[in-house]
Amino acid sequence: MDIPYTVAARPDTGLNNGKIAIWLFLASEVMLFGALFASYVMLRVGATEWPAGATYLNVPLATLNTVVLISSSVTMVLAWASLVKGDFGRFRLFMGITILCGLAFLVIKYFEYSAKFHHGYLPSTNTFLAIYFTLTGLHGLHVIGGMAVNSWLWGPGSAMWKTDPAHFTNRVENAGLFWHLVDLVWIFLFPVLYLL
Amino acid sequence: MAQPTVAGPHPAAHEAHHEELGFWWKYVFSTDHKTIGIQYAVTGLLFLLFGFCLMMLMRWQLAYPGRALPLIGSLLGEARMPGGVMLPEFYNELGAMHGTIMVFLGVVPLAVGGFGNFVLPLQIGAPDMAFPRINMASYWSYFAGGVVMLASFFVPGGAAQSGWTSYTPLANIATSGQTWWLFGMVFLITSSLLGSINFIVTTIQLRAPGLSFFRLPFFVWAQLVTSFLLLLAFPPLEGAATLQLMDRLAGTSFFMPSGLVVSGQLHPATGGGNPLLWQHLFWFLAHPEVYVLILPALGIVAEVVANNTRKPLFGYRSMVYSVIALGFMSFIVWAHHMFITGMGTTMATFFQTTTMIISIPSVVVLTALILSLWGGSIRFTTPMLFALGFLPMFGIGGLTGLPLGLAATDVHLHDTYYVIGHFHYVVAPGTIFGLFAGIYYWFPKATGRAMNERLGKLHFWGSLVFMNVIFMPFFIMGLAGVSRRLYDGGASYAHAQPVLQWNEVSSVGAWCLALAQIPFVVNFFWSAFRGRRVGANPWEATTLEWAAPSPPPHGNFLTLPQAHRGPYEYSSPGASKDYLPQWERLGA
Repeated sequence: MDIPYTVAARPDTGLNNGKIAIWLFLASEVMLFGALFASYVMLRVGATEWPAGATYLNVPLATLNTVVLISSSVTMVLAWASLVKGDFGRFRLFMGITILCGLAFLVIKYFEYSAKFHHGYLPSTNTFLAIYFTLTGLHGLHVIGGMAVNSWLWGPGSAMWKTDPAHFTNRVENAGLFWHLVDLVWIFLFPVLYLL
Repeated sequence: MAQPTVAGPHPAAHEAHHEELGFWWKYVFSTDHKTIGIQYAVTGLLFLLFGFCLMMLMRWQLAYPGRALPLIGSLLGEARMPGGVMLPEFYNELGAMHGTIMVFLGVVPLAVGGFGNFVLPLQIGAPDMAFPRINMASYWSYFAGGVVMLASFFVPGGAAQSGWTSYTPLANIATSGQTWWLFGMVFLITSSLLGSINFIVTTIQLRAPGLSFFRLPFFVWAQLVTSFLLLLAFPPLEGAATLQLMDRLAGTSFFMPSGLVVSGQLHPATGGGNPLLWQHLFWFLAHPEVYVLILPALGIVAEVVANNTRKPLFGYRSMVYSVIALGFMSFIVWAHHMFITGMGTTMATFFQTTTMIISIPSVVVLTALILSLWGGSIRFTTPMLFALGFLPMFGIGGLTGLPLGLAATDVHLHDTYYVIGHFHYVVAPGTIFGLFAGIYYWFPKATGRAMNERLGKLHFWGSLVFMNVIFMPFFIMGLAGVSRRLYDGGASYAHAQPVLQWNEVSSVGAWCLALAQIPFVVNFFWSAFRGRRVGANPWEATTLEWAAPSPPPHGNFLTLPQAHRGPYEYSSPGASKDYLPQWERLGA
């Protein structure tokens, strides 16, 4: 027994199962981060004083991280586009760069976090740092999750390219959609936490 | 399944592979939606029983405050019931966990995980869910959440004690059981997320040829809307749970106000947080959750009513539009749970307006179901009795909600037993009756055997009577102003004295309700092995699940069904029999 429309699109909806599923998942992620951003607004509006992000945070490092993450989104698209063209070698290259960019982001984030801890800035210090650590921490977990999926598709998961290339290309596309969401969340986090 | 668009080189080899599955892979780690549905349903029923037991213990303390509970009291240990007398902390544990278990581990898994998984793919003519392995992961995530919740009873300080709502800052300073509760919720939320994505994709993509959206049975519509609610309303609670975990474990103050004094000591948290924020985030989930509890039951009742009145549902399209409207509106009524929190009259005005608006589609659905009875030749089968019981009981639950939805009357009724009476009428003789109707209705499909009608009727009448004996007194006590959160049921309050005797009535009702479930348990197991064997379509029903054999094999249908008409073509003029199944070609 096989499930219909795992690869081919259903004619009347024009979509395959995975594509709908990933968009639904992204919708739930938007609700998750949306709720946390809303919490940020409520906490900030209710606070008697709220520090400017730069008093605690390192804006140049975060800017660098923004560039790294946006670049990784570009290489993610290139990885998928290579598969569509049938060029598996270039897929490996671009997917590898995407994973490395994710790693670079986490390393930079690690330096940021340790600098905070070094100065005694902890989540319990004040509400600004609490929401900073919570939001960036949760985003960091998403980066790790996305990297895990991408690494699997780069390594063992890519065996599917030989047996079912269309299905594999769809998987890379869906992983890419998730990776773009992770990127997009950061693009909201960066101004909200560091610049405002 | 012959499907031209299916990818996969060796379907025959695939089939043979499934034949060789051992016991563990076939019944425990199964990816078959029917097995997963039954796993969900049985686990959910066990949790319902467990949650009911917690409540029966509480009812002893409420009926006879401070009196030692014979036998069972001594079994629960000195830390919980010294000398058989319940400690207030234990009472709070029971209260919080009764709510949590009934809602998140009992009703939702049974209604959505159980019925949704088993019935929905069959009703749309699909071979399975769109993502069978994600479906299995959903069940096991739910199971893990259940284990965490149960384990929390044994950690120091016991399980969560801050109510199923976990209001802050009380929950922030509670014992470690609260942390377990939050982790348990993360598992349950993950389970719902995986399940709801699966349901939506399955409904959109795997409908049989000819089964357009307006030929879907109402049950499928109800599950579809429910899935959207789970998908979009649960993540904010996940966010809120993350914030509360940070408050409890990392010392943040998201929900901690400045200057909080606990037991005469200033709390060390930095403060500056917002306790109301938790309530907003919680109820943003928990109001849609109310519709998650009720919509699947409405779906089941619609199926049973159409089948047993032998006529089409009255206003099928209006019902579908109403259920969609309910889904949308349920996201903007949450703060009617918060009228007396001091959030302000402007907010209260907005939310009481949306609350009055959402009652319109609810009334449309209920009215359509009642009008469906008009002129029908009703078969009083057990599922139909439960469905008929559902209609007035849910009606009472819904109508008693109106005074709570209006801020002015809610000020008096808020947090009294009236509220408990209201939502229990919705969920207990409402939803649970709907779920019982579903069990009696689809049991023949799941097992190939019918349940015993005589025991079923005994179960129904006992449940109907005692449900009302339990919950009707709540309205009387609530109108007298008795708070819902009292350890002694109001015995130490002067204003509660005239209505105190109702506590005992309600408690005796609860214990009798437990006795009334015995025929059901006997019937369930006896019928599963010894019940009368039935064919594919014992109820002479029209929807696609009855085209499959009972029980359906792996892959569900012997030949791919096709839908030729709407879901409820009963008593069509000129037809040779009083029902026209969706899968039968006219004139065939």
